[in-house]
Amino acid sequence: MTQLALVIDLNVCVGCHACVTSCKQWNTSGSAGPLADLNPYDADPNGTFFNRVQTFEVGQYPNTQTVHFPKSCLHCEDPPCVPVCPTGASYKREQDGIVLVDSDKCIGCKYCSWACPYGVREFDEQRKIMTKCTLCVDRIYDTSRPESERKPACVLSCPTSARLFGDIHDPDSVVSEAIRENAGYQLMPEWGTHPSNHYLPRRKTDLHIHEDELVRIDNPLKVDGLLPKPAKTEPSLDDSTSW
Amino acid sequence: MKPAFSVIFLTTLIGAAQGLLLAMYTAQFYALFNLLPVQDSQGFYGLGALLVLVLSGLGLIASFFHLGRPERAWRTAAQWRTSWLSREVIVLPAFMGTVFLYGVAHFMDWRPVLFTLPFGLSIDLTLVLGASAAVLALLLFICTGMIYACLPFLREWHSPLTVLNYTLLGSASGFLLAAAFAARNAPALTRFYAIAALVLTLLGLASRIASLYRNSRLRPKSTLQTAIGIKHPRIVQTSVGFLGGSFNTREFFHGRTAEVVRLVKWFFLLGAFALPLLMLMLAIGLQDPTPLWLSSVFVIQYLGLLAERWFFFAQANHPQNLYYQAIN
Repeated sequence: MTQLALVIDLNVCVGCHACVTSCKQWNTSGSAGPLADLNPYDADPNGTFFNRVQTFEVGQYPNTQTVHFPKSCLHCEDPPCVPVCPTGASYKREQDGIVLVDSDKCIGCKYCSWACPYGVREFDEQRKIMTKCTLCVDRIYDTSRPESERKPACVLSCPTSARLFGDIHDPDSVVSEAIRENAGYQLMPEWGTHPSNHYLPRRKTDLHIHEDELVRIDNPLKVDGLLPKPAKTEPSLDDSTSW
Repeated sequence: MKPAFSVIFLTTLIGAAQGLLLAMYTAQFYALFNLLPVQDSQGFYGLGALLVLVLSGLGLIASFFHLGRPERAWRTAAQWRTSWLSREVIVLPAFMGTVFLYGVAHFMDWRPVLFTLPFGLSIDLTLVLGASAAVLALLLFICTGMIYACLPFLREWHSPLTVLNYTLLGSASGFLLAAAFAARNAPALTRFYAIAALVLTLLGLASRIASLYRNSRLRPKSTLQTAIGIKHPRIVQTSVGFLGGSFNTREFFHGRTAEVVRLVKWFFLLGAFALPLLMLMLAIGLQDPTPLWLSSVFVIQYLGLLAERWFFFAQANHPQNLYYQAIN
C-alpha cells in the first residue's frame, strides 16, 4: 500500500517561508476554492494557511540553535480526525493514504479539528467548512505536467531542498531512505497516530574524505602518484629539514 | 479550548430535558407499585412532555449555531459506527420523537394495556413509551459525554468522569425542574422531586469535585520536546509563523486570564451546587415549597451549569497550543 508523505529536513530548512507562500498560492487558486482570509486588509487580520513555518530557539545563550520548523498536515497512518467526523466528509484515501475533506459533505462542526493533536486543520470562515493540506492532490497526479513537476507546491518551491516527497511504504523511495539514513522521526509519537510526515533532525555536518577519493583507481597517467615532497614520512620543516 | 455558546446551551438544555423526562418516568414507574400517588395524565405527564420537547428543541436550535453549514446537518447521521457526535445526532431526535409519542399518549389518555406481568401488573402503552424515552435519555447522556471523553489528546475530558458529570448534572437539573413543575401541577410529588434533586446535586458535586481534583493533578503527556521532536530542556518559541491570527489562535484559546477562569470555577461551584443545595434544604424543610421558590432554584442552578460548561471547555488544554507558545 502506498503512503505519500513529506520528509522535512530541519538541518537544511532556513525558515524562508517559500513553502508557506507557494502552498497558499497553489491552494487558493485551485479547483477546491480559495483559502479565504478574515479581514485581510483590516485591523486584526486572520489568515488561512495549510502550511506554516515556526521558529524555536533551542538551548541557553550562547549555545543556542535557531530551528525553523515547517508543519502542515502530517497525513497520519491512523488519523484521529477521521473516525470522529459525523458525516464521513473527513477521510483517508485507500490508494495513497492522503487525508482529505470532502467539501461537499463537511458541515463545519469543527469536531475534527478538536480531535487533531497537531492543530493542522484550518476552518474556512468564508465557505464555513474545514479545509486542510491535500498534499497537492490536484497536482501530483496531473498528467498534463511534466513528471518533475508532479510534486506538492511546497516541495518544488523549497530553495534548499529541505522538503522531500514520496511513498514512505516503499523502502527504496527517496523519503524512506532519508528517514532510514538520517534518523527521521515523527511528531508526538505518544498518541499513536503514526504521522506519515517525518522530520530529519539537526546533525553535525562532518566532512569525510576517504582514501579512494584522493587516489583515483582508474588513473592511467599515475598523476595521483606524484606525491608532495618531502614525503609524509620524512621529517617536516619544524624538525629543521630543508626543501 | 474556546467555549462555544451554542454547545454550552445545547448540553445544558438537553440535560435538563433528559432529567425531566427521567423524573416524570420515575414517578410513573413508582406509581405503578403504589409508592407514589398516581398523577393526572394531561396536566402532569402531557404538559411535562411538552416542557421536555421545548427544552430539547431549544437545545437542538442552539446546536445548529455551531455548524458552519446547518443545511447539511442531515448528513451527520452517516458515521454512527465510529463517531459519537453522529450517535448523538441520531439519539437526540429519537429521544424527542419518543417523548412526543409519550406526551401524546398521555394527553389523549390513550393507554391500551399491552401485556400483563405474571404478578398481576398491567403494562400500558405509556409505560412502554416512557421506558423507551428513559433509555434514550440515558443513551443521550452517554453520547454527549463521550463526544468529549473519547478524545485522548484533551486529557481534561478523557475520563469516565466526563460522562458521569453530564449524566448527574443533567439529571439534577431535570429533577429540580420537575420539583418546580410538580409544585404547580402535582403537589404530591414536590417533596419527592426536591429530595431527589438534592441527592443528585450532591452526587453531581462529588463527581465534579473528583474531576476537578483529577484535572488539577494532570501532567501533560505532550511537551514542546515531543511536539517538535527536539530533546533539549530549554526550547523557546520565537515565532508562530505569522503576525495576525489564524484558526489555531481563534479556536483553541479561551483568551481569558487565569483569574477569570478561577472566578468562573467558584461561581459554578456556588451557583450550580452550594446555593441550590441550601435552597433545596430550605424547601424540603418547609411544608409547602412554592413553585416560585423552586423555579428560582432551578434558574440559579441553570446559570451555574452554564458557567460549569464554560469552565469545562476553557479548562481543556489542547496539545496544538504547544505550537503557539508565543500566544499564551
